[in-house]
Parts: sequence; C-alpha cells; structure tokens
Amino acid sequence: MSGSNPVKSLAAVASGARVANKFTPGSGLEANGVHAWFGKHHALADINLEFPANTVTALIGPSGCGKSTFLRTLNRMHEFIPGAAMAGEVLLDGRDIYEPGSDVTKIRLKIGMVFQKPNPFPSMTIGENVLSGLKLAQLKIENKDEILEECLTRAGLWKEVKDRLGAQGGSLSGGQQQRLCIARALAVSPEVLLMDEPCSALDPGSTLRIEETIRELADSIIVVIVTHNMQQAARVSDYTGFFLSDGGPGQLVEVATTNEIFSTPRDKRTEDYVTGRFG
Amino acid sequence: MTTTQSSYNGVVPKAREITTQPRFSDKVFRFVVTSGGFTSLIILSLIAVFLLLQGFPVLRDMGFGFITGFEWNPGDVDNGVPVQFGIGAMLIGTLLVSVIGLIIALPIAVGTALFLTYYAPEWIKKPLTITVDLMAAIPSVIYGLWGFFVLMPHAVYWAKLLHNYLGFLPFFKMPADVFERSPFIAGIVVGIMIIPIITAISREVFSQVPLDRIQAAYALGATKWTMIRSVVLPFGSSGVAGGAMLGLGRAMGETIAIYLVLNIYFAPNFQVLFSAGGNVASLIVSKFGEAGDYELRGLMAAGLILFIVTLLVNFLSNAIVKRTSRTGK
Repeated sequence: MSGSNPVKSLAAVASGARVANKFTPGSGLEANGVHAWFGKHHALADINLEFPANTVTALIGPSGCGKSTFLRTLNRMHEFIPGAAMAGEVLLDGRDIYEPGSDVTKIRLKIGMVFQKPNPFPSMTIGENVLSGLKLAQLKIENKDEILEECLTRAGLWKEVKDRLGAQGGSLSGGQQQRLCIARALAVSPEVLLMDEPCSALDPGSTLRIEETIRELADSIIVVIVTHNMQQAARVSDYTGFFLSDGGPGQLVEVATTNEIFSTPRDKRTEDYVTGRFG
Repeated sequence: MTTTQSSYNGVVPKAREITTQPRFSDKVFRFVVTSGGFTSLIILSLIAVFLLLQGFPVLRDMGFGFITGFEWNPGDVDNGVPVQFGIGAMLIGTLLVSVIGLIIALPIAVGTALFLTYYAPEWIKKPLTITVDLMAAIPSVIYGLWGFFVLMPHAVYWAKLLHNYLGFLPFFKMPADVFERSPFIAGIVVGIMIIPIITAISREVFSQVPLDRIQAAYALGATKWTMIRSVVLPFGSSGVAGGAMLGLGRAMGETIAIYLVLNIYFAPNFQVLFSAGGNVASLIVSKFGEAGDYELRGLMAAGLILFIVTLLVNFLSNAIVKRTSRTGK
C-alpha cells in the first residue's frame, strides 16, 4: 500500500494519531475572522480556527500563503513588523488577547513561541537560557533546579546537557539549540506553544526527536505548528489546516482532522496539495 | 575486479604551492588601499619621531623627573634659578578630567542611543540623530566659552552641593573655598563634547542586534526594559566600550576648551572640586606663545608623553573590549 498512492501513504501515517479532543467554547485558543495586513498588502483574510485543549494542529500550505503570519497574530508578535495591522479576534480561554489595555507580556507568557531558526541567547549558559523567560518576565524563580530538569526533560534534552548546564547555549548543535529553545519556552508554563517551522533548519535525527517532544507536549498544552513538511504534519498533528493564496490574501481552504485531510480531503485544492501535485 | 581501495603507500608528497595571478584592476585597487592604510601609519610614526627628536634633550636632562615632577620653570640664568620641567600634575589632571568626562558622558550617550534605537517615534529619530551628530561639529573653543560663561556659575553650585553632602569622600574635599575652574567643571565640558561620539557608535551597535534574539525575548514575555537588559546590552557592550574609549582618547587630547575652564596649577591635586588642575594639551597651548627654545623642546616632550599615554590607553581598552566581547556576540 505504500508508495503507489501518496494520499494513502500519508493517511496511513496520520491514522496513527489518537482520537483528538473536540473544541469546547470558552476554553483553548480560538481565532475569529482574523485578517492581517502589512501596510496596504492584505496578507490574510477571514481565518476562523479553533484549537482544542491538548491537541496539535498543523498549518500547511505553500510559501507566502500567510500561515506564519497567522501564527504570529496568535501571540501578538505580528504587531512588531512596522506597518502591520490585523482585524478579528483571538480568544484565549474566552478572552480576546487584543482587548484594549491588555498586557501583551502576560499574553506572550501564556502563548509561547518557537522560531524557525534556533535562537538561544548566546551570552547566557544553557541553564540561564532555560530560565531566561522567567527572568525576562520578572517572575520569581523558585526551585530553579526542578524547573531546569523538568523543562529540559520535556524538551528531550536533559540527558544530553545535564552535566554541562553551565556551558554556553551557543555550544550546542543546531538540533539541541532548538530543543533548548523549546525548554526555554516551556519554563514559563505556557498554555499554548506556537512553532514556526521548528525543524526546517535541522537534520532528520533532530527532527524526529523534536516531533516526539511535540507529541509529548500535547498531553498538557495546545501546540500549533507551521510546517512545510507534510510528512511531519501527518506524523505529529491531530488537526490540519490548509492555507492557500490565489494571488490575493491567504485563506484557510480547509481544516479537519489530520487523518481526513490526508485521506479524504473535501476540497480539490487540498487534495492537489497533499498529493504533491503543486506546492 | 576493480578496486576502490586507496593504493596509498605511505610516501608523503610535498604540499603544492597554490598561487593565483591577480587581475590588473585588482592590483591597482590593492595598491590604492595599501597606500591608504600605510599613509596613516607613516604620518603617525613621523609625528612620533618629530616629537622624540625635538623633545629628547629635555627628556635626557630631566630624566624620569619629567613625568613625576610637579614644577614647570623655564629658569633664570642671571638669578641662578634652575630650569625645572615636570608634567606630573598635568598627567594627573588629564586623567581626572577625562575620567570625569567619561562618567558623565557614558550614561547620557547610552541612554540617548537606546532612546534613538528603541523608543523614539519615527518622526523624531532623524532630526534628533542629526542634532546629536551636530554636537560633534561645534568647535571646542565654543564649548570652552559656553562652559566658562554659562555652565560655570551653575556647576559651581552643584560642586558646592557635592562638597556639602559628600564632602567626606576624599575626592570631594576642599583645601580652600575656590570652586571655579576645577577639574569637575572641565570634566563636565569634556563629557558634553564626547557625548556625540559615544552616542553615534552605541546607536550603530544597538541597531545591529539580531532581530531573532529580540523576538525571542519578546515571545518569552519580556518587557522592553528586560529585553534591552538581557539582549541589547550584552550584544552591544563591546561596541559601547569601544565608543567610550574613542571618547576617552578625545577627552585626553582636548586642549582649548580645557584651557578656558580649568585653572592650570603645578601641584598634584586629586580634589576634583578645587580650582587647580591641568592637562598636558592645555599646558602646551598656555606656554607655547612665550616659550624660549629650550622650553619649546620641553613642550614637545610633553606632547610625546601625551601621545604615548593615549596609545597605552587605546591598547588597554582594546584588551578590555576583547575580553568582554567574547560573550554576547
């Protein structure tokens, strides 16, 4: 069954996923009618997506379809780009994160982010990197050793670095640095972790290790992952959203359980994309 | 059967010489930049040689006392007053004024640079940057006059406050009640003069902080201040130190402004609020006009010493910058 029909083979990978949680309104993360602009350029139109508790959602689509932009609207990193604007609302546990007067640093503590390129702080040691989020948010650090061990273990890095927590973060390999960034994001106990192509700069071994980490994280938090790698989407996610831009703003073509997207997509464009006919 | 096994027999070949024939245009350009690079080196050496030749007789006669002595007396052969040249007080004054200047300028310059890079609204960035750069273009005699007529009355009041409330510190003691033309006031003037230098260099390094690190900090819930403290300042520290050293070099060589606002006095004085001090460059300008041949050579020797001290400070600061810049990049 493998090889001849790419839809079937990806579906086979995806069917390994467990039965995912359903979305309950008022809990988890929810995007309602999100639009995004860069200056006059309308980058994203009317995105409605729900992210139920304890699930992994993959966002796939060709380059320039707005999936990274959408991800950055979910923790208000979008507004750092000069000229960036948005419309719609993003609800975390029922509250709009764009509500006037909301404290953006508190929002980013609850909705963490891992970037495409590993970016540990080079002036800090491995241990300091893990705790840096707490320091940056001016939170009290109690039982430091426990946090270190817990977060590094959850990120799948503990065994490799436990004897050299005092070494510089930059001394690790690329894959280890990315897992360090995941540990750093976990140390502030986020409810949501956004990952923007976290494995695109890594070798297959490290990628596999991070995918295991993502699966384990889904036991306790919401993960949203942007990926170009459809195999990866099939392997790690419960739900998959397919974004596409037909020259205009990016739109959400279809969202369903990962199994459905890769086996019985409803939209022709989704099927063309996941079978590798374009993109 | 073919074999892919290496037939290496243990004989080590001689490494080949790898050469390339540069293009003519490359040769021309190479000549232009090389001569440019060497010109500054040659001019610097020629100045050093000139100062050494001119000043050598005085250095030979005075010996080490030229640096450690505190008297400057061209002598009077008829009345049997011996010639005595020593620039110890001037060296102390040079360091005092420069360090005070640096202490005042550094926080203001770093603050200005951070404001311009991370806080200023777009419409004010450009005009403010130009204004700060323009500060460097004001002639130092203007700073000196402004310091004398405008700043000094205020600075005397601040000096009195410092003396009254912090007078128990050895630096703030006063041997007599004269607050005008002190190292403190000269330091403020010099500090203002080096603000644009340090600001320009700090602004440059602050604007080069990698965006992904800034975003990483914000994504972790950093406030602007904590982001700056743990990302921007560690990254920029070596650049700021470099800018500070450039400013320090400028402060040590400052002449006319200090001549106007500092009382040149040939005795060691560490009381920064007291009206006595000096610096090597302003000594030269104050004695130059009426100096005889031998005193002129003494002034050249003083110039040579200042040249060497400035070089030493530069080497030292380079070493410090290298040590501190290993992390943070």
